[in-house]
Amino acid sequence: MTITLEAKNLSRQFGPNFAVKDVSFNLERGEVLGFLGPNGAGKSTTMRMLTGNLAPSEGVVKIGPYDILEEPKQAKSLIGYLPEVRPLYKELTVDEFLTIAARFHNVGSKNLKQAVDSAKDRCGLMHMSKRLIENLSNGYQQRVGIAQAIIHSPEIVILDEPTVGLDPIQIREIRKLIKEIGKNHSVILSTHILPEVEMVCDRVQIINQGSLVFHGSIDELKQQRIGNKLQVGLSKAPTLKELSSIDFINKVEKIENNLYRFHFKKIVDAEKLAALCFKNKWGLYHIAPDVTSLEDIFAQLTMLGN
Amino acid sequence: MIFNIVRKELKSIFASPMGWIILALLMFGFGTQYLSGMDNYFQVMSGAIRPAERVGVTIFVGGQIYGNAAFLMSFAIPILTMKLISEERRGMTLPFLFSAPMSITEIVIGKFLGLLIFLGILVVYIFLMLSTMNIWADIDFGYLLANSFGLILLISSFVALGTFFSSLTSQPIISAVLSFIALIALMMAGRYYASAPDHWFNHISLLKHYQSFSKGIIDSADIVYFLLFTLTFLLLTIRRLDSDRLRG
Repeated sequence: MTITLEAKNLSRQFGPNFAVKDVSFNLERGEVLGFLGPNGAGKSTTMRMLTGNLAPSEGVVKIGPYDILEEPKQAKSLIGYLPEVRPLYKELTVDEFLTIAARFHNVGSKNLKQAVDSAKDRCGLMHMSKRLIENLSNGYQQRVGIAQAIIHSPEIVILDEPTVGLDPIQIREIRKLIKEIGKNHSVILSTHILPEVEMVCDRVQIINQGSLVFHGSIDELKQQRIGNKLQVGLSKAPTLKELSSIDFINKVEKIENNLYRFHFKKIVDAEKLAALCFKNKWGLYHIAPDVTSLEDIFAQLTMLGN
Repeated sequence: MIFNIVRKELKSIFASPMGWIILALLMFGFGTQYLSGMDNYFQVMSGAIRPAERVGVTIFVGGQIYGNAAFLMSFAIPILTMKLISEERRGMTLPFLFSAPMSITEIVIGKFLGLLIFLGILVVYIFLMLSTMNIWADIDFGYLLANSFGLILLISSFVALGTFFSSLTSQPIISAVLSFIALIALMMAGRYYASAPDHWFNHISLLKHYQSFSKGIIDSADIVYFLLFTLTFLLLTIRRLDSDRLRG
């Protein structure tokens, strides 16, 4: 695997406060990297530094072989960027705007029409060509934003919270589009929605208060999230003590009425537990993986970090 | 690369009614002056008996139009320059430019040239309008060319100053008002020390340097003044935008 983007010890100070502190990571060719964090964690600041919109206080960003500060033009030509607030000239039509975007990214005049058409095609904008951007719906405006980021088929596409403010159907479509883009480009995607990362990304990093607190594949994150516990509903449950004394169970907690959290000793074995419930007639009515919320993961991870 | 920015600027000026309206209003203004100037010429000249009072029609009509152009431009240009950077700042579209493989210098110069070309249409129009007098009179083309050249230099100084104020704020109206005040102050600078013509204050007056062109004189000192003025404000704009990237 070749590394297309490399961030080394990236820090950014605003006055005395660190917005981003000592963040390092790599992006490999053809992978979708999720950048996850609560609001104000430093996601956007990091992305602005990666794209040369903000100078880092310390650290290095390398896009392919180019340093973004030393050779900004070469580095920037390898990136497509959609900021948090989409930069659209609303008085122009979709075609006009995309043509300008293509020219800015050095697409030659011979390939101009083809580049605009293929970007429109991929983002489902073909029937919107002559419409003013101003008159498009929120979801379509977002598509125009994504189209301008992929118009020059950059190696790296950086999308800052691409699904914020969209309705559920639009979100689904945009996610599909991002997956599609991920087939041909490396993608960095920031979001504060955990399931989004699980759906779209190959790898994830979690940032909290400016520092990376987790860095790994999606499966590792799922492992963290689901862990070795199950949520079980028993209508005729015995006492907690009795439940806790099952040999393959480490600990049982009561969540609410009749709803329990079973911590397994080793791996989760739902079948074995269900069989036991049937045998003792505990009235099993619900069994599900116990999903930790993002907040809990942050809490866990930040505590681990400390 | 600069050319692409120029193209984009021209496109967005003409995509909104603003550009067309300003163009139409200014042309209407110049056209009216041209007509009334011609009218007055015959009235005034028929009353002028002594030879010293007699001037050619080029200077009579042209002088009026070029003189007023400076004032009309000081109203129009702040309205146009406020779009250049202020409006991009407010619409959060600057990252679109900064993420493209272009330097800030190219962006600023491209924006400056884009607006200069737009206003150049007016300069060409005025020149063509005055040239039509050649149908019935023998007019002084040298005078017209010197004035056109001076007007272009004056406009480029106005645009550079407006661009700088535009880069300071994300409120387009504030940037327009600030550059309007600055332009008027610089044009009027000569009036404050009218009794002492060699006071340094007179030398920074934009209008004073423009006036020699309107006599048909092309003085290298005036050219240098306008070029330095333009360059200074463009450099300040570049620095301002660069500090956005550094300070965030």
